[in-house]
Amino acid sequence: MALLDVCGISDWLKEDGFNAKAASVDKVNHFSFAARTPEFAVPVGVDPAKFLKPLTDNEDGVNGVKLELEHGTTTLAFKFQHGVMVAVDSRASAGSYISSQTCKKVIEINPYLLGTMSGSAADCMYWERVLAKECRIYKLRNKERISVSAASKLLANMMVGYRGMGLSMGSMICGWDKKGPGLYYVDDNAVRLSANMFSTGSGNCYAYGVMDSGYRYDLSVPEAYDLAQRAVFHATHRDAYSGGTVNIYHMQEKGWIKVSHENVEELYHRFAAEKK
Amino acid sequence: MSARYDRAITVFSPDGHLFQVEYAQEAVKKGSTAVGIRGKDIVVLGVEKKSVAKLQEERTVRKICVLDEHVCMAFAGLTADARIVINRARVECQSHRLTVEDPVTVEYITRYIATLKQRYTQSNGRRPFGISALIVGFDYDGTPRLYQTDPSGTYHAWKANAIGRSAKTVREFLEKNYTEEAIAGDNEAIKLAIKALLEVVQSGGKNIELAIIRRNQPLKILEASEIETLVAEIEKEKEEEAEKKKQKKSS
Repeated sequence: MALLDVCGISDWLKEDGFNAKAASVDKVNHFSFAARTPEFAVPVGVDPAKFLKPLTDNEDGVNGVKLELEHGTTTLAFKFQHGVMVAVDSRASAGSYISSQTCKKVIEINPYLLGTMSGSAADCMYWERVLAKECRIYKLRNKERISVSAASKLLANMMVGYRGMGLSMGSMICGWDKKGPGLYYVDDNAVRLSANMFSTGSGNCYAYGVMDSGYRYDLSVPEAYDLAQRAVFHATHRDAYSGGTVNIYHMQEKGWIKVSHENVEELYHRFAAEKK
Repeated sequence: MSARYDRAITVFSPDGHLFQVEYAQEAVKKGSTAVGIRGKDIVVLGVEKKSVAKLQEERTVRKICVLDEHVCMAFAGLTADARIVINRARVECQSHRLTVEDPVTVEYITRYIATLKQRYTQSNGRRPFGISALIVGFDYDGTPRLYQTDPSGTYHAWKANAIGRSAKTVREFLEKNYTEEAIAGDNEAIKLAIKALLEVVQSGGKNIELAIIRRNQPLKILEASEIETLVAEIEKEKEEEAEKKKQKKSS
């Protein structure tokens, strides 16, 4: 109906299956950074959140089946005077089975934006690629690169549409824009936080321990590389769901560089030798 | 021939015209004049105030509207259509601040308004918006901007422009008088806007409404007394010019 469309109400009406096909004239479109991206539409009649809730929240789940959505990995990032350090492990696990030791957990969105992934590999890879698409479109439309805060906001808004439906993603968006170095943590509950240091995944507590004991804002570049590497290594040493190689990126003013990717076995022997 | 092709908005005529859009532009030409000037540290919007009826409250007739703290617009054409466009633009400005955590650039909000207008020229059951808008403001890097949109949904950047009734006259005046020194200072830019409007409004300063935005400051609508002072200054300058010319001639 034309009047409903002009008031913009038909956008809301179509949510509950009402057949008011919003006229293309007033549909929420690319300018509005819609909370629900058009890639997925939850079919009418299905309520994933209601389906999932008893499986995750109840004591015994449903018929003894309980789903625990953990983020099995270790990723970390911290801001310091020379930019942002990003370090991740590379193990993908399916329960107690290690499905890959060479998984890429950092997505290179553009030369000035990185996203890390922890949680469900499928969810992370999919949504961060959608984020990369949105960032590219933003740059084409507005002739300038998207800011880190806007990119993390887009990802958080994508998550908001699927709250409670079982997505599992803990991501850090790191970049360098007009406002300087940026670091945001975004997760599947649409939490979006900005701070100088984050670590996500099942190994994050071990990484935090090492990072907190060695972190200063005025670290030099080699010191920062070393700290990031040690933090992830020690997490892989103790956490069963983290391992493989430690991949390190450094976000500088002129873009990110890949610093190193070392196997944790070699790191173990190197650090062990230091102790002697 | 045009009679058969001007009913539905979505129908082209054989010679490539969208008559409804052109008729909308005619509606704009009937509206009161608005002029916009982009200075170095200031942007100025001036509109011709239509005389109000005796019992009408003057303050409720406002043709210059704020879209956000750093952007404002004036329009010419159907006031009711403008209200809708302004509402949508205001919401979009805040939506952009919320999502991107940055204020809109003037070009972005102009593009949004132009896209909105274009969508209404390409769907059935609707008619185009009958307004042209002059959108002025400062981007967050401090650059002043002036854009003009029209009912077809196109937009362009301008250094100075006019829309509405007698827009052609005003634009010709601006083309002759918009020089680097004419906009050297804030006062000069304001006086240029007033001079441009004085070309076409009757009875001088009473029928002019003027608004300015200075960098990093909110929109300011000039009081009638301030306009009167500036008009008086302009008259004096004109007289001095005339005197000088007369002396030159006689010497």
